[in-house]
Amino acid sequence: MKVLALDASNRPLSIAVLEDRQILATTTTTTHQKHAQFLLPIIDGLMKDCGLKPADLDRVVVAYGPGSYTGIRIATATAKVLAFTLGIQLVGVSSLQTLALNFTRERQLISPMFDARNQNLFAGLYRIKDGKPTVVIPDQHVELSRWLTKLASYKDESIIGVGDADHFPDQLPANFTMAENLNKLPQAANLGLFGQTLPAVQDIDSFVPNYLRLTKAEADWQKLHPEEDSSSYVEKV
Amino acid sequence: MKRNLMMAFESSCDETSVAIIENGAKILSNVVATQIKSHKRFGGVVPEVASRHHIEEITICIRDAMQEANVTYDDLDAVAVTYGPGLVGALLIGVTAAKMVAWAHQLPLIPVNHLAGHIYAARFVEPIEFPALALVVSGGHTELVYMPKEGEFQIIGETRDDAAGEAYDKVGRVMGINYPAGPTVDAMAAKGNDTFDFPRAMDKDANYDFSFSGLKSAFINTYHHAEQVGNKLNHDDLATSFQNAVVDVLVDKTLRALKNYPVKQLILAGGVAANNGLRTRLSAAIDQLPATQLIMAPRKLCGDNAAMIGAAGYVLFKEGHFAGLDLNADPSLEFDWAPDVIQ
Ligand SMILES: [Zn+2]
Repeated sequence: MKVLALDASNRPLSIAVLEDRQILATTTTTTHQKHAQFLLPIIDGLMKDCGLKPADLDRVVVAYGPGSYTGIRIATATAKVLAFTLGIQLVGVSSLQTLALNFTRERQLISPMFDARNQNLFAGLYRIKDGKPTVVIPDQHVELSRWLTKLASYKDESIIGVGDADHFPDQLPANFTMAENLNKLPQAANLGLFGQTLPAVQDIDSFVPNYLRLTKAEADWQKLHPEEDSSSYVEKV
Repeated sequence: MKRNLMMAFESSCDETSVAIIENGAKILSNVVATQIKSHKRFGGVVPEVASRHHIEEITICIRDAMQEANVTYDDLDAVAVTYGPGLVGALLIGVTAAKMVAWAHQLPLIPVNHLAGHIYAARFVEPIEFPALALVVSGGHTELVYMPKEGEFQIIGETRDDAAGEAYDKVGRVMGINYPAGPTVDAMAAKGNDTFDFPRAMDKDANYDFSFSGLKSAFINTYHHAEQVGNKLNHDDLATSFQNAVVDVLVDKTLRALKNYPVKQLILAGGVAANNGLRTRLSAAIDQLPATQLIMAPRKLCGDNAAMIGAAGYVLFKEGHFAGLDLNADPSLEFDWAPDVIQ
């Protein structure tokens, strides 16, 4: 199976091309701010390095959120339209879980987190089981203080903080250790390996980023109109 | 000659649209998914909501456009896309989708300016002859664009504040009309009288620029003042007075531009080009200029749609004007100003 994997959820941009368990090529950069501009040239370059054409791909694996709304939308749109137009398989993986894929020590707890500003986080808690991160506390948009309360029952275990964990050096408890070096960054090669073990998306049309948060306008609207069905706001004309 | 088939994308604001266009002139399909119902809840387009809807709709639009046109990817010769101006997050969905279709099927990618698209909606009425002048009026734009020859666009005048369509939405809101207010105000204007004599801003200035914020303020002040003293104003008369003020300035400036820039064709395009008051007045005015033909974009192609992007994209395709894989959205893309224009 030939696989393209990509993560553009935050500042790092990571892309990999794999054939089954073999990583053919991968790159991770932290210098690009314009993912919309750089993503496809990097994909194209890696594919050419591997001697592959787009039509050779069998599966696209994407980190589809949470993260920067623009970042996860670019990655998701890229993967969604590519899978759709080539008629190949599509797999979405949590962008937080993607960071947890950097760790393999059995039973290790990992708390990937993205800074959502104003002391808010996108965060989840994972435990390595049979070499893979499994969900302990599901991904959520949460206040930092609330998140730390939820982690309190794991105070006797070590937790690895990854992602933007180092934005809060003085607030995280003593059982936290910070991921370092390459482990701090999403690795699309790991994403591609992991994504091969998951079932493909059944309905590509309805595959959208996992924002984990309504827009403010939408949230305010739903508060005022709790009965309204919000599923049919787009009409074909 | 083999026919050219282009897949075109448009997602600059609140419509997701994909079209299949033959030789830049014939619409095989033009699928438009509009988000108006969603943004109505908020009284206007909310950018993040728009971006989220675009990604929900994009593959559905591609599939429907190909099915309606009865084409496969093998039949396509190029992919065109609006890359600006517009809402950056919204543009990015169309740009990303177009890039992936082009890359996956090894097709040239054509970067199209949204306003060129609006102008080329007129191409579906008949071929554009140059030199031509376009009056583009929409919720986001009010511009006079001179086209000395095919593929060249020069601004000779534009709004200095609100777009005409934006002014319609704002006065509509004051009268309790839901976004988008243009069609309702237009219908009311047909029934009322011009009794308020609102200002015609910049009408006498030598340049070709527009200003609608003064008119909007005059309208709102009149309305609120009447409310305070317990006076109920006739909404139809308000609509007529407002619309006359807008149309007077648009028509006067356009006629003045035509004196300095004699053209074979005058093109009326953009969302507000569907306005009956404007269409009627401009038609009557152009009857006085036998050398200039008026082409009005078909009503159903005045709003944002991908067919117009395919028509404008075909001109670039013929010129070999292709984008690289690094094409990005350019939310503030604009034409250059004409070199000799009075400003
Ligand atoms: Zn438009």
